[in-house]
Amino acid sequence: MEPIQMPPVNLTLLAPLLVVVGWATALLLIDAFLIPVGRKHITGYLAIAGMVVAALVGLPLWNVSGSTFSDMIRLDRFSLTLTWIFLLTGSLSVAMALDYLPRHDIEQGEFYPLLMFAVAGMILMSQGTDMIVLFLGIEALSITLYIMTGFAYPRISSEEAAMKYLVLGAFAAGFFVYGIALLYGATGTTSLAGIAAVLTKQPLVGESQTYLLTGVAMVLIAFSFKIALVPFHMWTPDVYEGAPTPVTAFMSVGTKGAALAALWRILTVALAPMQSFWLPVLVALAAVTMVVGNLGAFSQTNVKRMLAYSSIGHAGYIIMGLLVMSERGTEAFLFYMIAYALTNLGAFAVVISLEQRGEAAWSLDDFAGLYQRRPLLAIAMALFMFSLAGVPPTAGFMAKFYLFSAAYDGGLGVLALVGVLTSAVAAFFYLRVVLRMFMHEPLRDLRPALSQGLTADILLAGGLTLLFGLIPTPVIFLVEQSLVALGK
Amino acid sequence: MGDGGWGMGDGSYTLRPAPYALRPTPHSPSPTPYCIRGDMFQGFPILSLVVWLPTLGALLLLSVPRGAAELARRIALAVAVVTFLASLPLVFGYRPADAGVPEATPAMQFIENLPWLPSWGISYSLALDGVSLWLVLLTTFMTPVIVLSTWDSVHKEVRNFQILLLLLTTAMLGVFVAQDLLLFYIFWEFTLIPMTFLIGIWGGANRVYAARKFFLYTFAGSVLMLLAIVGLFVLHRQAVVATQPGFPGTLNFSRIVTDLRTGNFQLATATERLLFGAFFIAFAVKVPLWPFHTWLPDAHVEAPTAGSVVLAGVLLKLGGYGMIRFCLTLFPTASRWAAPAIGVLAVIGIIYGAVVAYAQTDMKKLVAYSSVSHMGFIVLGIFALNREGVSGAILQMINHGLSTGALFLIVGVLYERRHTRDLAAYGGLWAVMPIYAGITLLVALSSAGLPSLNGFIGEFVIMQGAFLSPELGWGFLAFAVLGVVLAALYLLKMFRAVFMGEVTNPENQVLLDLSRRELVTLTVLCVPIVLIGLYPSFLFGPMQTSVAEVVNGLAATVAGR
Repeated sequence: MEPIQMPPVNLTLLAPLLVVVGWATALLLIDAFLIPVGRKHITGYLAIAGMVVAALVGLPLWNVSGSTFSDMIRLDRFSLTLTWIFLLTGSLSVAMALDYLPRHDIEQGEFYPLLMFAVAGMILMSQGTDMIVLFLGIEALSITLYIMTGFAYPRISSEEAAMKYLVLGAFAAGFFVYGIALLYGATGTTSLAGIAAVLTKQPLVGESQTYLLTGVAMVLIAFSFKIALVPFHMWTPDVYEGAPTPVTAFMSVGTKGAALAALWRILTVALAPMQSFWLPVLVALAAVTMVVGNLGAFSQTNVKRMLAYSSIGHAGYIIMGLLVMSERGTEAFLFYMIAYALTNLGAFAVVISLEQRGEAAWSLDDFAGLYQRRPLLAIAMALFMFSLAGVPPTAGFMAKFYLFSAAYDGGLGVLALVGVLTSAVAAFFYLRVVLRMFMHEPLRDLRPALSQGLTADILLAGGLTLLFGLIPTPVIFLVEQSLVALGK
Repeated sequence: MGDGGWGMGDGSYTLRPAPYALRPTPHSPSPTPYCIRGDMFQGFPILSLVVWLPTLGALLLLSVPRGAAELARRIALAVAVVTFLASLPLVFGYRPADAGVPEATPAMQFIENLPWLPSWGISYSLALDGVSLWLVLLTTFMTPVIVLSTWDSVHKEVRNFQILLLLLTTAMLGVFVAQDLLLFYIFWEFTLIPMTFLIGIWGGANRVYAARKFFLYTFAGSVLMLLAIVGLFVLHRQAVVATQPGFPGTLNFSRIVTDLRTGNFQLATATERLLFGAFFIAFAVKVPLWPFHTWLPDAHVEAPTAGSVVLAGVLLKLGGYGMIRFCLTLFPTASRWAAPAIGVLAVIGIIYGAVVAYAQTDMKKLVAYSSVSHMGFIVLGIFALNREGVSGAILQMINHGLSTGALFLIVGVLYERRHTRDLAAYGGLWAVMPIYAGITLLVALSSAGLPSLNGFIGEFVIMQGAFLSPELGWGFLAFAVLGVVLAALYLLKMFRAVFMGEVTNPENQVLLDLSRRELVTLTVLCVPIVLIGLYPSFLFGPMQTSVAEVVNGLAATVAGR
């Protein structure tokens, strides 16, 4: 019998991913056997350390690119930049959880390794160049998120959110698998490059074409669900509101970013020849998402829920960067992700600092007069709100400028117009928070708690939001360089 | 780089080849052999100094303890005065046109250029021309006056008020001197944040509503402008890349204007109108032009006196400045196309503002609506699209800043004493507060356009411009004249109600006349009011080159003119 040929495997290309997975696995055991109950924050610090190490391991890979595992996984600068964004998101979320979990009496050591597994799933999604690997990444991310969403047991809203997310998430996963199967039926491959090769060779006809179009539609539905594009967004507000706040922060940035990165590869590599099919659909979805997300946030008086709707709206903005299919668009997507990650994580950190044990302080009224009690906290929140609204001089403004100019340049001026108009609407509800904080008297005695982790979070996020608004050059340089090795 | 680079002429439009160094280095030797008086600032970033001094002052104020109100006021006053002194060399260093060779005088002076976002071709570039010169001076002149007025009108969180006020000053100065559209937009938008807080924290009973309305109106207007800036950036790059591969795009104002005028960059008629409209709406909201004015009365009534003075004194001028600088220069054809319609809006604003002002019983509201009317004059002058109209509009912006600023201070004086602004509560104050009454009369007459005071000159030149303009003509002039008559009516009505007759209310019997500080504040404003009225050429002189530049650009687009 002939020996099975193992394809050559180059593990260096997976170094950051391996560090995260390995560290998380070890951490599970360390947490179970070595770290005493009541000192679980040590696990959290170790998790942050692991993610910092993973980020550092990525540094020497900057000039490396290549594929491994039979071209199913690819390392390039695009994926590396996203990896860093995800590691940053993960670390900041852990820093929030360090304070949040004990205060709500739900601290379990597993939380931190779980979050690292989620980050690993996200990294895999940014590196995958095969439908199967992308599916693996999505599932690794989703399953950990289902658990983390329900982490606030026995709080009923958390349980409900986890259940809702699980049922709908499983449904979306079904769509994705079905889509992959149909695409395989039509093209005979699951590799993104392979699909593109078949599609460019000759147009598919008859049955194959039906399989292809149905498959593409199903994949798009699955991703729309993960990114929370309207009308596949219904789960988002409830899940975001019910989940423990650090998990919400993590999801609102990380999941979206990872799903968008994977979608970027699918659209630009595999489905580029079918642009005329998916472009109008996704343009319409993006426009509707911007409108519904921002109008939905308009009527919220619950700040956490408002941020959930606002994150829907922002997904509508970010996807513009993908749809224009240009280098500038991809750069804008990365830039926006960085700005949005910093701003949104910072905003959620402020929300967490207001939450007390056993009660949520998410109402707008709880923000009233925050300036009088905690001036710096209020100023930081104002900065985040202005950045989300896109008012200069913040990173959020630069990101919008980048994105809108890319969209306009790529012939999607209409989307840019919708984006501009909806951000005028969005200014209303962001401003409302600011006005409450600075111009109203405190309505009840609420003592914001700021631990080291939260303080570091807010300082880092706020500082960078302002810095990148004034001097965005380093970030622009990073995202421009991120596309150099792509060889497009 | 020193010669500005865009074509300018003296009546007959001449196209100058524009040697434009793409992305100039900060220390490139500026070839300005003919710049004589400007020489003393060669290489010294005087504009940056003026723009950022207030911000430095704001940072300094952060180190002052929150409760130290008196100290904070003094520091802010010192910073404001130093900024004003630092801006004076701009007047004396600014080189107006030479009689013989007007082309040799650069329209843009005191140029600073630093790469900021090189890969997008966006730079930190500042410069000053005749349009912005006096507006910068107005801003630096009004700031100490505003700080002085906070002694009486601001009593809580004084330090933070001053910090926001100084930040606002930086943003407003930045708007007037920024030569890169993105930089301009950033300064423009940043004015919103401090002003919203000034209204919302220190304002009257309904302050939060007014602050929200102010923010949302202006923000909604400006996001459209952002899209237009993005559009201009992309279209310009696409046009230039054809001949110059690898061009990263630019938002440098002079560069875009040069390319527009040399035909390297052409806009389709519909595109030009859309872009013009997006810019125009942003500016019209700020001015505010009828029917975009509804935020203004709320903002004025709720704002503290110092806030109203900033708003009327400087912030509204941002809109007028933007129209001259961007609408007229970038979109000359669309400006001509839209001029009659905008003229109609301006005239409606003049009459409407005046009539509504007459109906007010609240003094502050009366002055606020008079602002709507006066700003209508300014828009009318700008869209007369000729030298007279535009120069008159610039002058009138200065005048309006001085006299309406003074009127708000005057209202504030009474409000601090009696805590009411109702006209019916007063009467016969001439006998009780003679100095105050005298100054009020002077300011009211200036605002109403009495000859020999500043307001007359501005309105007269604007009306001359409107009459001569082929787009507007005598019909508009007639309504403008009616507006002047109405202005006299409502201002004198206010004056009569407050100062004439007998003292009917015993509370008014004991009112004290102006304190020394109030007297200084108001006198400082009265000096230029009188001087401009007597010797307006001092202001008109330096602005002529730049105004001609704008107007010739407009004329060049119409064949046979």
